[in-house]
Amino acid sequence: MEFLLQQIASGLTSGAIYACVALGLVMIYVSTDHINFAQGEMAMFATYIAWALIQAGIPYWIAFGLTILIAFTGGLLIQRFILKPLEHAPVLALVVCFIALLSIFNAIAGMLWSYTVKQFPSPFPIGDPTGHGLISYHQIGVVAVTAIMLGVLTIFFRFTTLGLAMRAAAQNPASARLMGVRVSWMLALGWGLAAAIGSVAGMMVAPIVFLDPNMMTGILIYGFAGALVGGIGNPGGAVVGGFVVGVLENLVGTYLIGNELKLTFALIIVVGVLILKPAGLFGRVNVKRV
Amino acid sequence: MAAITNSWATRRGIGALAILFWLAMAALPLLGKIYPSESFDYYMFMGQSMMVYAIAVLGLNLLTGFNGQISLGHGAFFALGAYVTAILMNDGNWPYWTTLPVVAIVCFGAGFLFGFPALKLESHYLALATFTLAIAVPQILKHKAIAGWTGGVAGLVLEKPDAPFGLPLSPDQWLFYFCLIVAMVLFWAAFNMLRGRSGRAMMAIRDHGMAAGTMGIDTSLYKTITFGISALYTGLAGALSAITVAYVAPDSFALPLSIAFLVGLVVGGISSLSGCLIGGIFLVLVQNWSQSLSDWMKSTFDLRYDVPSWAIYGVLLLLLMYVMPTGVAGGCGRLYRFITQRRAR
Repeated sequence: MEFLLQQIASGLTSGAIYACVALGLVMIYVSTDHINFAQGEMAMFATYIAWALIQAGIPYWIAFGLTILIAFTGGLLIQRFILKPLEHAPVLALVVCFIALLSIFNAIAGMLWSYTVKQFPSPFPIGDPTGHGLISYHQIGVVAVTAIMLGVLTIFFRFTTLGLAMRAAAQNPASARLMGVRVSWMLALGWGLAAAIGSVAGMMVAPIVFLDPNMMTGILIYGFAGALVGGIGNPGGAVVGGFVVGVLENLVGTYLIGNELKLTFALIIVVGVLILKPAGLFGRVNVKRV
Repeated sequence: MAAITNSWATRRGIGALAILFWLAMAALPLLGKIYPSESFDYYMFMGQSMMVYAIAVLGLNLLTGFNGQISLGHGAFFALGAYVTAILMNDGNWPYWTTLPVVAIVCFGAGFLFGFPALKLESHYLALATFTLAIAVPQILKHKAIAGWTGGVAGLVLEKPDAPFGLPLSPDQWLFYFCLIVAMVLFWAAFNMLRGRSGRAMMAIRDHGMAAGTMGIDTSLYKTITFGISALYTGLAGALSAITVAYVAPDSFALPLSIAFLVGLVVGGISSLSGCLIGGIFLVLVQNWSQSLSDWMKSTFDLRYDVPSWAIYGVLLLLLMYVMPTGVAGGCGRLYRFITQRRAR
């Protein structure tokens, strides 16, 4: 029983991280209909920036804030300079573009910081509050940080004019433009937010999986799975999906198939959801006009 | 009328060029007889790899370029072909060339079956599903349930075949001819398939699936069969790679391999047959020259770091999407038309 609870707790922790990655994917998906294959590598790169800042002697939480700002600006610039010229390009061109970004970020991280695995500090104390190894402070911290970020995002989208404008631009670009919303800039903001959310996910997961240029590949796949389970057009759904996938992954890995096939399990979730229920748990079914 | 004769003449010209190209390739190993050199076998190996990559890119091109189904996971079919060959040679003691028909059947079957779920997935969803496939493959290959056949993490070491009938060729020269023959047959088959009814149907589905359906094309059947044929081509490329490298290991079939095929496709030219050859040659050249290229960039631009080949790939992909979305082959075609039209005026 204790062991089961422990597995669920650690599942919730990885779930929080998948939820962040899934949320970043959904941010870009709702505004542009694109699936960003570079989301994981962007997060990894931001985490390296945080690592470099901390190595330079900056206190953790200031480095944390700075990294989010840098990631936000980076995401914004990527949309402005790299993706904007391809706004009306066919899907294949965009997929190629995302794969290009993925390779560039991975290669540059390896070039600047080498492929050796690095330790990344956790801001939370070591040990566990329950006293018998049920859950660690870092795991609680990860879930708390995710919850705070979700709260901030909800407030931003519900109660600010900018958030409203972004939702309008995503839902109906033509009408939004007529109402004076600068749609193209809203897309750039969406990219900035996605990069910022990704950077938080990276900084939270790095103390667990350690920092190296390929650390996000597996996590990205689970992020995809989470986003699809929740419905890829629905931010709240993506978060729920991320947690569901995190817990399922841990339980299935421990009791059914063993750790060696965890990525295959993600593959099965992705293909299964896409075939059986493409709209996910909370997504809307897309009706296409011919 | 002028346009028709012109295109007819062009087609004859391209056919002649193709024959010249293959003849020149066939003459290459003979150079080793005239100018014997220590590293000649290595150049032969490079040539084999170029043809292996060209066939793999052709497989991807049939699916993505001509049929419009995006795949980021063709490394999986390449791995399947390589492992089928390796296991048959290793456990069954089959001669290397007898494994190819088996690989063709197995990979066609696997691709055909994967084509069914793919039917339900549109453009970027298919890319997503195949992307996860590419990432999951090494883990599956390493799994202990099949480690008895696959050799687990260590992989399998094979024997390089000698030239048959006592031909005076080194193993690498002979394998060059072997790859050349397979590549010629596969390119010829693809050429014939694409210029006929089935090829037009494939492209019609790419350009507008629904319209193609109303014209009486069985879109589901064509899409799944195209997936099967595409996997067959890439699987055969994998089999050839297992034979020429004489070694298979799970980690060589990870995501970078699938991305490499995509790079070859985009650089050579989407929906172009000659582009596949250009893509294959390009991939091998970059792999071989990446170190010297990196050193050159370091000294020329005064950089402090090594420039990894993946950064070069990435930047090149981005640039091509902006300036030459149809790749080198498409770019050359456009240039040629531009010049001939100027002359006609």
